[in-house]
Amino acid sequence: MKPAAFVRHVPKTVEEALAILAEVAPQDGRVLAGGQSLVPIMAFRMARPAHLVDINEVAGLDRLAVDGGKLVIGARVRHAAFHKSVADGPLGKLLAYVVRHIAHYPIRMRGTFCGSLAHADPASEWCLVAATLGAEIVARSKRGTRTIAAADFFQGIMSTALAENELLTEARLPLLAADAKFGFYEFNRRAGDFAMAAALATYRLVDGKIAEPRIGVGGAEAQPRRIAQAEATLAGQAPGDAAFRAAAEAAAKAIDPLEDIQTSGEYRRDLVRAVVRRALEHSA
Amino acid sequence: MTAPAKFIGRSVPRLEDRPLLMGRGRFAADISFPSQLHMRVVRSGHAHGNILSIDTTAARALPGVHAVWTADDVADIPPIDFRLTRVEGLQPYRQRVLASGRVRYVGDPVAAIFAEDAYAAEDAADHVAVAVETLPAILRADDEPQEFLPGHSTEPAEVRKGYGDVDAAFRAAHSVVALELIIGRHSGVPMETRGAIARYDAGRDMLEMYGAAKVPHWNRDQIARLLGRAPSSVNLFECHVGGGFGVRGELYPEDVLVCAAALRFQRPVKWIEDRRENLIAANHSRQQIHRVRAAIDAEGRILAIDDEFFHDQGGYVRTHGATVPDLTAAMLPGPYRVPAYRARGHIRLTNKTPGGTYRAPGRFESTFVRERLLDAVAAKVGIDVVEVRRRNLITKSEMPFTRGLDTLGTDIVYDSGDYARLLDKALAAIGWDATQKKLHARRAAGEKVGIGLAMFVEKSGLGPFDGVHVKVEPSGTIELVTGAASVGQGVETVMAQICADTLGVHYTNVRVIHGQTDRIEKGFGAFASRVTVMTGEATRLAAVSLRAKALAAAAELMQTPVDALDIVDGEVVRTGGKAGPSMSLADLARTLTNSGGLAAEGRFEFNHMVYPYGVHVAVTRVDGDTGGVVVERFLVAYDIGRAVNPMLVEGQIAGGVVQGIGGTLYEEFLYDENGEPLCVSFADYLMPTAHETPRIEIILTEDAPSPLNPLGLKGAGEGGANAVGAAIAAAIDDALGQPGAVTQLPVSPQRLKAMLKSSS
Repeated sequence: MKPAAFVRHVPKTVEEALAILAEVAPQDGRVLAGGQSLVPIMAFRMARPAHLVDINEVAGLDRLAVDGGKLVIGARVRHAAFHKSVADGPLGKLLAYVVRHIAHYPIRMRGTFCGSLAHADPASEWCLVAATLGAEIVARSKRGTRTIAAADFFQGIMSTALAENELLTEARLPLLAADAKFGFYEFNRRAGDFAMAAALATYRLVDGKIAEPRIGVGGAEAQPRRIAQAEATLAGQAPGDAAFRAAAEAAAKAIDPLEDIQTSGEYRRDLVRAVVRRALEHSA
Repeated sequence: MTAPAKFIGRSVPRLEDRPLLMGRGRFAADISFPSQLHMRVVRSGHAHGNILSIDTTAARALPGVHAVWTADDVADIPPIDFRLTRVEGLQPYRQRVLASGRVRYVGDPVAAIFAEDAYAAEDAADHVAVAVETLPAILRADDEPQEFLPGHSTEPAEVRKGYGDVDAAFRAAHSVVALELIIGRHSGVPMETRGAIARYDAGRDMLEMYGAAKVPHWNRDQIARLLGRAPSSVNLFECHVGGGFGVRGELYPEDVLVCAAALRFQRPVKWIEDRRENLIAANHSRQQIHRVRAAIDAEGRILAIDDEFFHDQGGYVRTHGATVPDLTAAMLPGPYRVPAYRARGHIRLTNKTPGGTYRAPGRFESTFVRERLLDAVAAKVGIDVVEVRRRNLITKSEMPFTRGLDTLGTDIVYDSGDYARLLDKALAAIGWDATQKKLHARRAAGEKVGIGLAMFVEKSGLGPFDGVHVKVEPSGTIELVTGAASVGQGVETVMAQICADTLGVHYTNVRVIHGQTDRIEKGFGAFASRVTVMTGEATRLAAVSLRAKALAAAAELMQTPVDALDIVDGEVVRTGGKAGPSMSLADLARTLTNSGGLAAEGRFEFNHMVYPYGVHVAVTRVDGDTGGVVVERFLVAYDIGRAVNPMLVEGQIAGGVVQGIGGTLYEEFLYDENGEPLCVSFADYLMPTAHETPRIEIILTEDAPSPLNPLGLKGAGEGGANAVGAAIAAAIDDALGQPGAVTQLPVSPQRLKAMLKSSS
């Protein structure tokens, strides 16, 4: 449980960080933010980065503000920042609700929102939020800046569209409409564990009918994503048990379940059915 | 004892707490010596195979690496022996300190690195190339036995116990209930991993090891034997210990390796286990498959029990020998009459981490089996789960009750107990009838909620003897030296309470020394819930003797008859609060300095065990959609005989319940089909946290003090864990409305969901 030797770089500016990253990335250089995933796997020697670019002292990456209808979350913003509402309206409430499901308090004090996205654990709550709400992810390298849609960003188990020399500098979440409803539910064996399945639902009600539904499922497939089939069953329906069950059934059918010794494909579908329905019930 | 009980029976604060709460505890990892080397163990990555070669060249070449050992370097060290067993035939299955020729589980030590720091040691471990010709991994204890070594099968022995004519009982039975039941592999996982720091002092020709726990004296003797030294030239020292649970403190290969290395290199050697190692290298426990039958009459009375079980021992037989299967067979009949009984336990070697004891060894398992059986009998006959137990319980008038079985070298004789009375108290405390009504209403409203109970007899206080030295120091402090050990359970406080009341001092004036082999010649350590019973009575005897000596000496000095003197708060005074001269024990000790001081010894010899007993009641809610289980209520009623410190007893029970919940719902060491362990971190090995633990309701009774020691003491350590699996299983059955649904622990959500589907 002692990591292999590494060099820690501590840049003060984004430009400096990008320059170092460009140099060390080919030698398995990694970005260190909160370290709540990277450091344990280094201790297990499952990761042996020769260089760590520690961004904890990089100026400007702690930005957390609403700008142009979007919540901008800088790469140094910790999970714990979301314990209180950080944006007016439903989005702030949604984030404050979801954050309490992320691991345990000490971990939330260190881990970062953007670090979770970059790590891309299939069970990550923030990855589910980003995928469901359509986050934009800003990646910078020495060659420039690009913005990646969440749907393109997550590419598999701990796999993203980030190039090795790119730094995820911020994520942007679109604000939810003032009348938007949301619901979240995750199932795990113990409080704070990785979700065995999680679901996030948002929609609006127009004339008592569900409009603009978004149903995201995490922890059940290689990456979190919106489930179009479930959304389709909801659109135009009155919220209620029948509609919610139909959406849950559609989601359970649509997924390509991750399997492991504790979780057969069939059981994973059972869980997806349960979490989608409960997320919708929570929203109502 | 003439002084009134001022401390025994009271929940006085723990003497141990201050340094721990102030962050000043000294655990194994806190111990360091100048110029020490750090050891890292290279472990087999294969579950089963022949070692073809081990290339250490690259590891040796790394900076900071002092030495790399393989089996050839320790060929002179014999395998590690058994501490507890009377079962023959196990010798060929013992573990050597480094694997020679064959690896038998993932985690089997194959090499040891000694380096200037822990990082260099771990770097070097990565550079040791172990070539293994893999063999098929044996992963089920109930598979056909195979060859372990030429001439030795993977079944080294069978544990057989029984009495009465079982076959006749089955022939005459009204009906027969048969079950197959599985207990999952899990274990005690102390927050402090193992650690050992050895150094050799050439000036005194003394080998010392720090980080000992549980049984320092036995380990001292064994280390001396394995390294060819006189026991008097080896000392072990116990530091603060962050949990034992039966697992920590046994003699393991790593302890012997650091000692051997300290001798050979003439430098201190430190080893601290990491969590991954802890989960694959320290003893596992519990894994058994039972095929059990009960012959019953028409009213649900048990006529006979016949059990065949398969005990998954893992890769080697370690220090516990056959203790777990032996206790399983011996304790299975529990609090019930069971006129005829037969148990056959197959000890089977598999290619997994070796097994040993874990809190309530053999009882967590056998209670699950027996109580599942009782519930099945109730269902078969159509009576309720309380009534079936009432019809079978041993009554108070049958005490002491000779079980007709033996274990650990003692005949099982239940010394005292009123099982039916404790059952009544438990039912009253949980509000059995009212709770049933409430749960019925909730089930009618669609919830899956249920209640279950389980009863058990515990065992505690294993001999053969314990000795205690007490001495009044010139400062007035009473020094009490015992060969018992503290794994965090409150030994210091409890011994101080007993000593203080017996002698007539305040318990905070008693300084308790434990776990130091240089302070007392013999000691049996801390296991089998023995310390309060054995060391407690030895302490009382020592204090009685010290008190007599003090009064005799004072009588002379004070010119007062002995029977007119008393000791109160460390002062020798006239009895009955009469005015007159007094003398402190400190002054008395100073007066006696030249005549040997004021000191005494106590020795308690005991060839039996004492048998506390309990009832567990669980209320659970099942999530039918996910298979998740919430334990809403958990009650333990436990008769302790006499509680020296009820707060500590309750703490023991609560901790045991939490571990029991772990083994029932969460904790399981899983392996893939190649024998690769899948639970090597706390992300995969799920121990319950505060979130998963209900407030634990504890009813502590003293209805049946042990007649076998004057204070009536029985042990407290294991009753919390004993019946958790059985009680929660029953509560889940009730919640599902499917009697007998739970046949396997732990009840993972996937397994529970499958049970729900199988019924619909």
